Amino acid sequence: MEAGKVNNSPKILVFSTEKISDPAIDMAGLLKLHYPPTVYTIPVPCSSAVKPKWILHALEQGFDGVFIAADGTDCPYGESCTEKTAQVMTATQQLMKDKGIDPARLKMAAICSVCSEPFVKHVKSFTEYLKKPSN
Amino acid sequence: MKKKIGVYICHCGGNISDYVDVEQVRKAVENEPGVFLAKTTMFACADSNQKEMVEDIAAQHLDGVVVASCSPKLHLITFRAVTERAGLNKYNYVHANIREQVSWAHSDNKPGATEKAIRIVKSAIAKVNRSESLEPVKVSATKAVAVIGAGVAGMRAAIELAEAGSEVYLIEREHFVGGRVAQFDDLCVSTETGKTLVTRLYDEVMKHKHVTLFTGAEVIETSGSVGNFNLKVKVVPRYIELRCKEHQLQDAIDVCPVQVPDEFNFNITMRKAIYHNYPSEYPQLPAIDIKNCTRCGECEKVCENINFDQKTEYLNLKVGSILLATGFDPYEPKRGEFGYGEIENVVTLPQFKRIMHYSKDKLMYRGKQIKHIAYIYCVGSRQVDGENKYCSRYCCTATIHSAVTAKNKFKDIYNYHFNRGIRTYGKQEVLYDESSRKGDIYLQSFEDAPPVVEKKGDKTIVKITDILTNNKELEVEADLVVLVTGMVPRKENSIAGLLKVPKGRDNFFNEIHMKLRPVETVIDGITIAGASQGPKNIMESMNSALSAATKSFSIVNAGELALEPTVAKIDKENCEWCGKCDEACPYSAFTKIEYNGKFIAEVNETICKGCGMCLPVCDTNAIELIGFTDKEVESMIDALV
Repeated sequence: MEAGKVNNSPKILVFSTEKISDPAIDMAGLLKLHYPPTVYTIPVPCSSAVKPKWILHALEQGFDGVFIAADGTDCPYGESCTEKTAQVMTATQQLMKDKGIDPARLKMAAICSVCSEPFVKHVKSFTEYLKKPSN
Repeated sequence: MKKKIGVYICHCGGNISDYVDVEQVRKAVENEPGVFLAKTTMFACADSNQKEMVEDIAAQHLDGVVVASCSPKLHLITFRAVTERAGLNKYNYVHANIREQVSWAHSDNKPGATEKAIRIVKSAIAKVNRSESLEPVKVSATKAVAVIGAGVAGMRAAIELAEAGSEVYLIEREHFVGGRVAQFDDLCVSTETGKTLVTRLYDEVMKHKHVTLFTGAEVIETSGSVGNFNLKVKVVPRYIELRCKEHQLQDAIDVCPVQVPDEFNFNITMRKAIYHNYPSEYPQLPAIDIKNCTRCGECEKVCENINFDQKTEYLNLKVGSILLATGFDPYEPKRGEFGYGEIENVVTLPQFKRIMHYSKDKLMYRGKQIKHIAYIYCVGSRQVDGENKYCSRYCCTATIHSAVTAKNKFKDIYNYHFNRGIRTYGKQEVLYDESSRKGDIYLQSFEDAPPVVEKKGDKTIVKITDILTNNKELEVEADLVVLVTGMVPRKENSIAGLLKVPKGRDNFFNEIHMKLRPVETVIDGITIAGASQGPKNIMESMNSALSAATKSFSIVNAGELALEPTVAKIDKENCEWCGKCDEACPYSAFTKIEYNGKFIAEVNETICKGCGMCLPVCDTNAIELIGFTDKEVESMIDALV
């Protein structure tokens, strides 16, 4: 995105997880909790499986932001998920800095299988952040 | 890359097509690389469409299939089976979710929803273009099921599972079985009592050597997943030994000086710290409520079987599936709601049933004889402003049944039903007829003008603007006001939090699909039964219990589950063993092997669970996850941008 230009409909790519956050995002639809239609989801088995390479690819190809809907402590694959997802986050943000990309364009939050409202809040506020001309 | 992809875009009645222009989606994707045919369909899951898909795949030799419809949680398996039936490996099927994540989520923005649907279908096409034929991974499943809650639904499910041949752990938090039904006297339309049903089920449960019943037991920790769940169960003792002398126990109850409100009777009576809910209750051994026990020692003096040395036990159970039958709570009116908690002769329907139980010749409450009874319907249900928008379904019937029972059992009873429309559906309609013929009076209002309960001197007056008599202002002087309270989810339901079982808008447990998959949850291996899912009568609870038992049994019965072949794959040329993948793997699926004069990592496919934790840690990007390769993910991203 060019600096100084207002982006009214920033595109967000969500990496959600098949067993935990995807059901929450589905339920947001079921409950008709609206959020911008420029939010797209790619489900993966676990949030600590997201390669920094994929995130950079998304940002470089035109996504304005990437959101990792992390499993948190609910991860069916074990407790180390939280720490490992955080490591993906840190490593990617470093790579983003190196490439001159605002690290705040990558966000992460734990979204449990019933966290529909928190999900909608997060993507709405992230959308607002990405709309600002300075970002 | 594929050459012959079939794309099917579903209207889902109007669930999708009311918000997404499906024809526009079809046009936008029909010329995508590899797409051979693109169709819209009214219901993709309908038999006729499934048949058409099978014919298309077989006759046209399709090599990839995409269905854009509801969430994959609902129909991924359905459409994979369609491709299999047509002779195409099911991993060449990709599901696009354009209902939960598009039409419903963006019903406020139709052009936005259509645009999003187009991109999602394009990204599914991009993924299927790179899909490979695969075989599922097999894991063993423990042939045991944990049933949580020993009410009528839980006991019925436990019996069914044991008869089918599964080991069953029936876990009940209370010291006695039967749940809410144990609190009911006469039932309708049959004339049995709740206790009779509980007794019959309990006897059957005890007959089965494959059912182990734990009372005073609660699941406090869970781990594992479908096929192999680990449960840590806390079992609180009764502090009374088995095979004690019955008269001594009654003596112990008699001498106990503690008096606490009896929750079994909805606090209209008091009970002791050593108690049973009713004399013949199962298991037929009282329990000591240790929270309220003062340890005065009086009971120990008269009963040699009291044992305060019994300790809380912790058990570890392993099961393949978990069936939740945790039941409901009656709605508790707020203080002041129709005078509840402020006017002394205002009670709830569950309290009224217990009052009837304890009244002998005359209907008595707080020392006064009751003749004129006003029932106020839909308290805590069908709320306009509150959270409970739903109808609890059982209460109209339960109230009319109670009113008729009161009239049959006691003299000079006059019933006044302040309702919002009577819903005694099905066979229960005969009760409504009986009550009307017996002279019960029905007064009705809309939700915006509910009846008002007032205290005038020592009289309790219920007023209504009755729409059945052309909005006449009518009032009844009531000896007792019964608030017809509906069902709400259990307040104490920690198991739901532990297992993260999704709840619906009504806060009851949510099934995957109301009609097509009514007892499964999105958490694989967890099924739901009875009123934990929403208001149900006993018959409906039994139906759902049998259904959930069958579903849970089908999970554990084969002894083996076919899991997704999503496993890590090593690029041998790029791998330079550094050990980081081995460190990241929670299952120790990696081994160091020699290959072409260097060391590389090898994946044990039966151990690998396909979590992908190893992917981001590899410095040389030498690990890919099947189904989530760089090419697949990046091509999906390209299609979504």
